[in-house]
Amino acid sequence: MKWATLFKFFATHDVRRGFAKKTFWERIHIDMPLLLCLLALAFFGFIILYSAGNENFALVEQQALHIAVAVCVMGIFAQISPHTYERWAVGIYITGTILLLSVLVMGHVNKGAQRWLGAGAFRFQPSEILKLAIPLMLSYILSRPPLPPSLKKSFLCLLIIGIPAILTAKEPDLGTAIVLGVTGFFVLFLAGLSWRFISVTCLVCASLLPLLWYGMHDYQRLRVLTFLNPERDPLGSGYHIIQSKIALGSGGFLGMGWLQGSQSHLHFLPEHTTDFIFAVCGEELGFIGVFILIAVYLAILSRCAYITLYAQDSFSRLLAGSLSLMFFVSLFINMGMVTGVLPVVGVPLPLVSYGGTSLVTLLASFGILMSIQTHRRLVPS
Amino acid sequence: MSRFVFKNPHQEKRIINQRVIIAIGFILLLVLFLLTRLAYLQLFKHSYYTNLSKQNRIETVPITPVRGLIYDRNGLLLARNVPVFSLDITPSETVDVKQTVEALSALLPISDDQRKLFYKTLRQQRRFQSIPLILKLTDEQIAVFSVNRYQFPGVEVKARMLRDYPQGDELAHVIGYVGRINAADFAKLDEANYSSSDYIGKTGLEAYYENELHGQVGFKQIEIDASGNIVRTLKVTPPIPGKTLHLTIDEHLQEVAIQAFGKFHGAMVAIDPNNGDVLAMVSVPSFDPNLFVQGITQTDYDFLRNNPARPMYHRALNGLYPPGSTIKPFVGVGALGNEIVTPQERILDPGYFKLKNSTHVFHDWNHTGHGWVDMHRAIVVSCDTYFYWLSLKMGIKGIDQVLDAFGLGHATGIDLLNEPEGLIPSPAWKEKRWGQSWYPGDTLNTSIGQGYMQVSPLQLAVATATLSMHGQGYQPHLVQSDATLRYQADFTQMSAYDDIITAMQDVIRSPEGRGFRFGRNAPYSVAAKTGTAQVYSIKDDATASSLEALRDHGLFIAFAPVENPKIAVVVVAEHTGETAPVVARKVMDAYLLRKELSS
Repeated sequence: MKWATLFKFFATHDVRRGFAKKTFWERIHIDMPLLLCLLALAFFGFIILYSAGNENFALVEQQALHIAVAVCVMGIFAQISPHTYERWAVGIYITGTILLLSVLVMGHVNKGAQRWLGAGAFRFQPSEILKLAIPLMLSYILSRPPLPPSLKKSFLCLLIIGIPAILTAKEPDLGTAIVLGVTGFFVLFLAGLSWRFISVTCLVCASLLPLLWYGMHDYQRLRVLTFLNPERDPLGSGYHIIQSKIALGSGGFLGMGWLQGSQSHLHFLPEHTTDFIFAVCGEELGFIGVFILIAVYLAILSRCAYITLYAQDSFSRLLAGSLSLMFFVSLFINMGMVTGVLPVVGVPLPLVSYGGTSLVTLLASFGILMSIQTHRRLVPS
Repeated sequence: MSRFVFKNPHQEKRIINQRVIIAIGFILLLVLFLLTRLAYLQLFKHSYYTNLSKQNRIETVPITPVRGLIYDRNGLLLARNVPVFSLDITPSETVDVKQTVEALSALLPISDDQRKLFYKTLRQQRRFQSIPLILKLTDEQIAVFSVNRYQFPGVEVKARMLRDYPQGDELAHVIGYVGRINAADFAKLDEANYSSSDYIGKTGLEAYYENELHGQVGFKQIEIDASGNIVRTLKVTPPIPGKTLHLTIDEHLQEVAIQAFGKFHGAMVAIDPNNGDVLAMVSVPSFDPNLFVQGITQTDYDFLRNNPARPMYHRALNGLYPPGSTIKPFVGVGALGNEIVTPQERILDPGYFKLKNSTHVFHDWNHTGHGWVDMHRAIVVSCDTYFYWLSLKMGIKGIDQVLDAFGLGHATGIDLLNEPEGLIPSPAWKEKRWGQSWYPGDTLNTSIGQGYMQVSPLQLAVATATLSMHGQGYQPHLVQSDATLRYQADFTQMSAYDDIITAMQDVIRSPEGRGFRFGRNAPYSVAAKTGTAQVYSIKDDATASSLEALRDHGLFIAFAPVENPKIAVVVVAEHTGETAPVVARKVMDAYLLRKELSS
């Protein structure tokens, strides 16, 4: 494959000739390049978080603990072979959707949203399960022939995406719902959905936008209006966007220096350890800093692309591709909202924003990617 | 659809990988877009956002300058600033002002007056300005409030400088007072310079010298966090305190004069004829200016305003009285100086004067007549008939010209606001004001200081000082400054001054002199003239019931020592003929004898 050679840089110990023995790391199903890139990103994240949390080391420790747990989860997910995932796909999806329904009926209310299920330390968000369940389910269905999918199958897939996405939006958690919807659509796209179907769906979606408006919660409508014109309410709903643009802009090329950002340290920037941590990075480390951060993200994405391109069957390929795209969609939505090109929807910056739940799901998805990479049967190239 | 669809792994791989490549391209495009956006914000709009960031965190806080102090000529402190801790409420930061006040009253004693005053100020002021509810907190009250502070957003203990007048009512009219800046004041002043000031001079010298006393506001640049807490101070421009005023007033004279007035009302002005220094400027009754600083309560204000004695009225400056016979020396100087009469020319006074072609009789105050009267005797016995006769020779124009030269009927330009002009009547004025033509009788009345003529005690004092200096008059002033010559009453016969001054001396010395109440035993030479102002207005006033209110005002002008005048005094004592010379004597003794003792 001509394109794939581009990614050989990340594959030095993978590309071999003939039947070779697996390395130690491959035998324990850990993909070293991906792990190293993820750890580099996590480390970068610690540096920014330390400053964003007003030099509170306890916060960084807590985040390190989250990441340690999440890496363990990743290790466990990496042990499970792609075939097992293929077998469990339907079950996981159905369980996830039922849990999502039950959250609407009996979930905990936090910050005006019903997202949580369970008690104490075992509270979790079913929508996080769906982040894995939808790619699994779609990959399972689409990898059955015919590929590219027939029209009927395409509609079925839209339904599979739509039900949990709408349920999540009802919680309300618009950010996750959008990530789910967009990711799901990308799986269809990867499976070779016809361009005609894509363009028709886009048109239908566009015409449904007004309908969506009426289905929105008041605060969601406000966010959209604010996105269109933040100065409409500079001290209210427009405050986030204005302050984050000020933080980024005042950073300039070299930034104000680590621990020197006034926007975050004097608390002008809201949610500076979570959703808006990217603005802290831009203020203190400048354009250079965000460029390096984006470069690290691109390195991870490149390895993901390599794994996708070298996956050995259609299920693995679709799954790897969709999980990678989900990673990109989250980070793009986060950066987009912080820079003011997308409306403010609560999507954290993967691996950098403080918080445990989404981190576990994220690293679990990387565990699946590692599983796909390391469970390959080695064949002569 | 067929159940037997064969998997074609190679074709599937081709389809998927093709899409993956497209997705990679798409991702790169979006990343490029993000980078462009970041470059726009961080590189292209960098300075714009840097500016906004600074605006976010840097705040400029004004520092109030300390108001200038006021001393009298002997270095006695007349106006000072006392630090107090007050309980302030900022309406814009308070949810419900009324509720806050009620809640506070459970904690601290708040009187009805304080409450009323607070709500009155609340109506006059802008919402973001803090208003004191309790002006002087005790240490204990501060402690009580501090413990409960968290319950009261928008309420704070504020340290401020309160203006204080230790001499109380003795100089209330001259120094005036400061009061809280109200909306009307704000329209007139430099807002930047007053951004943190609570008080502004409302009357007297406090108002006239407001710019000098206030000083220049200072600024402090502070860094604040999003909750408005101060993180650190970045830069300080210290305020320039207001200038100290050194007055020409001798507070001791003030005190002596007020005591000498006793129960009577009136005004006294003492001037140093050599330079125009106003040594004393008394108006009784007076009021306590400290009441206004703290914000006057309605009860106090009503009491002052409705008091028939009008304690707020500055009689020495704004009080206009007919000068009566005190005008005679000035008319006399003019007549002799301009050679209208000679000192030897005399008339026989039968006790009245009749105009040709008229049956109307103008009486002398002594209806039996003074016999043969020349200029000297006319001053000594204050003969009206002589001046009736003289006025016809001078004509109204001649009289007005002389009085004008002494500055009568004109504002003196003293450093106080709202000085009235007074009035020296003329045919043109009468025509304009009353639409009537001038009669010879009007001229007669003018020559003895009755009728339409109205002058203020200050004007009369300035004229007396000018007379004492043989026509050299200085600009009167309350704040020490260089002497500037303002009046120059020169005549062809300058010996006229000596003639008149000798006659004025005899007002005191001669057995038939009218100034006997001054006492003939003064250890210094003194020239003087008495006068009586007829109380027309009150006679016409139906509400004037007491007999005392119908009595004429007594006037007295004097200067001493004659050879080298050091003090010129004018006293107006309302509704009494006896008090004015006594007041003048006590003030002159206090000034001249104390000076001799110390030198």
